[in-house]
Amino acid sequence: MTSTDPGFESRTGHDAERARLARAGEGWVLEGMLTLRSLSALMPDLDRVGGGQVQLDLSGLDKLDTAGAYALHQLQERLAREGGALRIEGLSADHAALLERVAQSIPEPPEEVPAQRSLTDLLEALGRTVASAGVFLAEICAMLGLFIARLVWLIRHPSEFRATALVHHCDQVGWKAVPIVALMAFLIGVVLAFQGAVQLRQFGAEIFVVDLIAISILRELGILLTAIIVAGRTASSFTAAIGSMKMREEVDAMRTLAIDPAVVLFVPRILALLITLPILGMLANAMGLFGGAMMSWIELGISPNMFMARLLEDTSVNHVIVGFVKAPVFALIIGVIGCHAGMQVGGNAESLGRQTSSAVVRSIFAVIVADAMFSVFFAMMNI
Amino acid sequence: MTSEPIIRLRGIRNQFGAQVVHDKLDLDVMRGEVMGVVGGSGTGKSVLLRCIAGLRPPQAGAIEIFGQDALNCTEAERRAIDQRMGVMFQDGALFSSLTVRENVEVPMRSLPGLNMRLRRELADLKIAMSGLPYIAGDKYPSELSGGMRKRAGLARALARDPEIVFLDEPTAGLDPIGASAFDELIKALSQTLGLTVFLVTHDLDTLHATCDRIAVLAEKRVLYTGTMAEMQRIEHPWVHEYFHGPRARAAVEATERTT
Repeated sequence: MTSTDPGFESRTGHDAERARLARAGEGWVLEGMLTLRSLSALMPDLDRVGGGQVQLDLSGLDKLDTAGAYALHQLQERLAREGGALRIEGLSADHAALLERVAQSIPEPPEEVPAQRSLTDLLEALGRTVASAGVFLAEICAMLGLFIARLVWLIRHPSEFRATALVHHCDQVGWKAVPIVALMAFLIGVVLAFQGAVQLRQFGAEIFVVDLIAISILRELGILLTAIIVAGRTASSFTAAIGSMKMREEVDAMRTLAIDPAVVLFVPRILALLITLPILGMLANAMGLFGGAMMSWIELGISPNMFMARLLEDTSVNHVIVGFVKAPVFALIIGVIGCHAGMQVGGNAESLGRQTSSAVVRSIFAVIVADAMFSVFFAMMNI
Repeated sequence: MTSEPIIRLRGIRNQFGAQVVHDKLDLDVMRGEVMGVVGGSGTGKSVLLRCIAGLRPPQAGAIEIFGQDALNCTEAERRAIDQRMGVMFQDGALFSSLTVRENVEVPMRSLPGLNMRLRRELADLKIAMSGLPYIAGDKYPSELSGGMRKRAGLARALARDPEIVFLDEPTAGLDPIGASAFDELIKALSQTLGLTVFLVTHDLDTLHATCDRIAVLAEKRVLYTGTMAEMQRIEHPWVHEYFHGPRARAAVEATERTT
């Protein structure tokens, strides 16, 4: 209740909830309403009551609630600790019953064990973190193995394959991602051309902007940025979809009905990613080059024809191959992490949210790590 | 029990699109009584509860709570009415990011002058009065069983010592022992605290054990109100079936054994 609105206070009548404690002869008299709302004002007065045998007359008490009863009980306890006693008089039957019930319900907090954090605790926590990271890696490998095993099984039992689900997921994962991937790649091409032009113009080497755009987009950026966007879109949606089914025990229901969740849930999703991510990567490459060509034309006066000629003449096809080799690996990483996180969801909505966001973070991280490893590998192979 | 109605509903109409759930519904709930609302599935028991609790305004009709018009009032007046009521939702509806104790403290936070220590102690008291162990106060709702969540929900509903408590299916999903313990808890709290309880239930044992009066929702309105004994004598086919079915007989026998 706010005290900023006096009109509303008076209408509810709660401003009338007031208790008054006064001395009366040997003892004390408590009148009015001893409630949650009047209690805080009365607390200082109650604290003054003390000194051996105290008599408290409650015959003028109109209203008592649990908070008030609690305060009376605390007063009783305090006086008892100080060696005195509280004698309550004039208590109505209802109020006595309430006081009795509250006194029975007073919780007894267990002894608190002081938390000690020694060096071994810290070491233990560190060890647990490392071990759980290891367990996570093992689980991811197990999920990958499960996917491959079920895929092979499906090749031998093609009638079990859910083509409709695959098409649906291709639509969700691939087709629906086309606008954002195309726009992102186009803008990256524009940015590269613009930044390249500013730097290369100083050396009079504007024409090399074509090489800059072609190599960076075809080899690295096209597929990497596509994978990052898809990881954000798709890993989270895999986790959310599978996780909510896990939460509502639908996955368990499948198992009892002899339906393999791996066949029904994981294979179509990961396979859809495997099919669509290279296509999206190809689209990103094309759009990136298109954006770069446009910007080169506007900023450097390199005509599209010249751009094309330079591109075909100077850029090794190896760059394209290097880019595309990575696509299926990224697709597997995103799909497996997304499905794994979905299966980790427990029985409540918080774990669904936690797993969804961690699926995104983990899959993006894993994609970047994998890309770095590819770079080192190709450098060592001189490709 | 006095004969002053604390909640008065007149001509309530609730509809979802073309589907009319309540039409010309009248109901009086007296101060200090435990009113049980029964009805078949889809008769709008929970809708009625949400309607009185102010979560869903009815399409037509008048609601008076504490003698005040609860529909045509200012927001401040409505808030004042809400302050004197507590609602326990079906699955507790506890805030998942807070511990049970913090959940129970939430309604008390808006009271001026209540210091933190007292608030915490009162929250612990409410948790204990709802029949939860002390350590439950430190737990998060997701760590509790369904029955414990209901108790924690009740503790939060009682946090501000309300005059009316709404209970939505208080015993649904509890085991028989837990359910009858909950019935006793409701009865005891309503007696000692002088609470008015408005409870929606399917559980005949709860009706027998706790309710002073029962309201039967059927044909889009409150068809009958009365005590359990009066309900037994009503000839309406659905009501007769409800209070004379095999489950009802078992509940009657159980009550007769214990009393």
